[in-house]
Amino acid sequence: MTLMQNAITAAPLLSVQGLTKRYGARIGCMGVGFDLYPGEVLGIVGESGSGKSTLLSCLAGHQRPDEGRILFDGADVLAFSEAERRRLLRGDWAYVHQNPRDGLRMGVSAGGNVGERLMAVGARNYAAIRETATDWLGRVEIAADRIDDRPSAFSGGMQQRLQIARNLVTGPRLVFMDEPTGGLDVSVQARLLDLLGGLVRDLGLSVVIVTHDLAVVRLLADRLMVMKSGRVVECGLTDQVLDDPQHAYTQLLVSSVLQV
Amino acid sequence: MTDQAYNFAYLDEQTKRMIRRALLKALAIPGYQVPFASREMPMPYGWGTGGAQVTAACLTPDDRLKVIDQGADDTTNAVSIRRFFQRTAGVETTERTAEATVIQTRHRIPEQPLSEGQILVYQVPIPEPLRFLEPRETETRKMHELEEYGLMHVKLYEDIARHGEIATAYAYPVRVEGRYVMDPSPIPKFDNPKLAGNPAIQLFGAGREARIYAVPPYSDVVSLDFEDHPFVASKADHECDLCGSAGSYLDEVITDDRGTRMFVCSDTDFCASRQAQGHRGRLSPQGATP
Repeated sequence: MTLMQNAITAAPLLSVQGLTKRYGARIGCMGVGFDLYPGEVLGIVGESGSGKSTLLSCLAGHQRPDEGRILFDGADVLAFSEAERRRLLRGDWAYVHQNPRDGLRMGVSAGGNVGERLMAVGARNYAAIRETATDWLGRVEIAADRIDDRPSAFSGGMQQRLQIARNLVTGPRLVFMDEPTGGLDVSVQARLLDLLGGLVRDLGLSVVIVTHDLAVVRLLADRLMVMKSGRVVECGLTDQVLDDPQHAYTQLLVSSVLQV
Repeated sequence: MTDQAYNFAYLDEQTKRMIRRALLKALAIPGYQVPFASREMPMPYGWGTGGAQVTAACLTPDDRLKVIDQGADDTTNAVSIRRFFQRTAGVETTERTAEATVIQTRHRIPEQPLSEGQILVYQVPIPEPLRFLEPRETETRKMHELEEYGLMHVKLYEDIARHGEIATAYAYPVRVEGRYVMDPSPIPKFDNPKLAGNPAIQLFGAGREARIYAVPPYSDVVSLDFEDHPFVASKADHECDLCGSAGSYLDEVITDDRGTRMFVCSDTDFCASRQAQGHRGRLSPQGATP
């Protein structure tokens, strides 16, 4: 069964080879390569300054890498024109920012925030847009009567859930997440992770998630990449890496987690 | 009575040439905002410096100029711009829409249909329709380039969500020739349908923002809307109290401090010519209908 599934999904959705980004003489990330298969969640962990955010912004097209190739569905993303790249960003791709204020329009109502991507791809029926927005607010556990409130009236956790709804409404295939639980308290984090896990399973999303929180990847990620000083030092199945870390730095990372 | 201290129509010939080049480019790409080297004019920004520069570049000694402000020929802004060109260009002026060859306007399109050969010059405060949604100029240019106009509908969505209908009543965004989304300057949305298929040349000048754009004659101009909330050209639901017109755009005038009000045509030339033809409204002197 597993073999057959592997055969069907043999082509990776995202394939990265030798990705390098330098900031002058300093290294952002160096020679990073991986394959992401449809429906798979890849976690990238590492301490601050390890290059994980640089890697994510290169992948998502916010920065241009100096070397390397990024293939999405077999197409070379770095060779795309600006128009094609933007179409990708509002269609097949989604990006969840660490700070929901970066990903939301704070002056626009929750419904408008969710509807924006729909209108960007051509939805022109108000009732249909509103129905879809209401449906998505429900899926991220925001009450339907908050649809006309602005995000500034929402709590941090609600803002983050709204940002997720806004990103997933057009049914993207690949989602980039940058510390989606950063800055939230633990009980809100737990609910958000639960919700994310459910959405990823139900929609069959492929996700690249960057975090420094090992608990987040333990819950969400199928595979794990550990980065240090811009390089990948270890990668493998999440449980394998966390339970039997091979690299000295991974061992340090795992043993540094506080046990309560 | 041309003031000999100035070049014809105030601006020097090189400046007019530069503006005419921008105008030609604007006409060639309907709705596209062409940057131009806007000059200081002897009037403050916001008083029509952009419109006045476009008018200066279009005027010839044979032209007959009409200037309106909110539809009226006799308001401060209209009077001073008209006198400015009388003095610096010595052109004939008129208050009659049909007789004018160049009409500079602020916030209105005349009620009387325009004809081929006429030029309508709009004064524009903020040329960028996406500005209040996206403050970065680099980003709005990119959005025009890539036709990313979803954000414009977010604004209309917000209107309906908050007010139950599209509450934008002026500067209502339009799409020109199926390509560029354009701010028609702060004309009431009642005037939007007149933008489309108009035989006159429509030129837009924004002095402070240094942009010129244009709608060539007989262009396709569509007001943005939703399928289930279509565009409606609205006006006050009254008749003009002076000429009785039911189809013209009205100004509401408060006449005392006890809530009495009257509605009059904002287009003074239209109203006056109707009255001259014998039409009477509710508050006309003698109150009698002919």
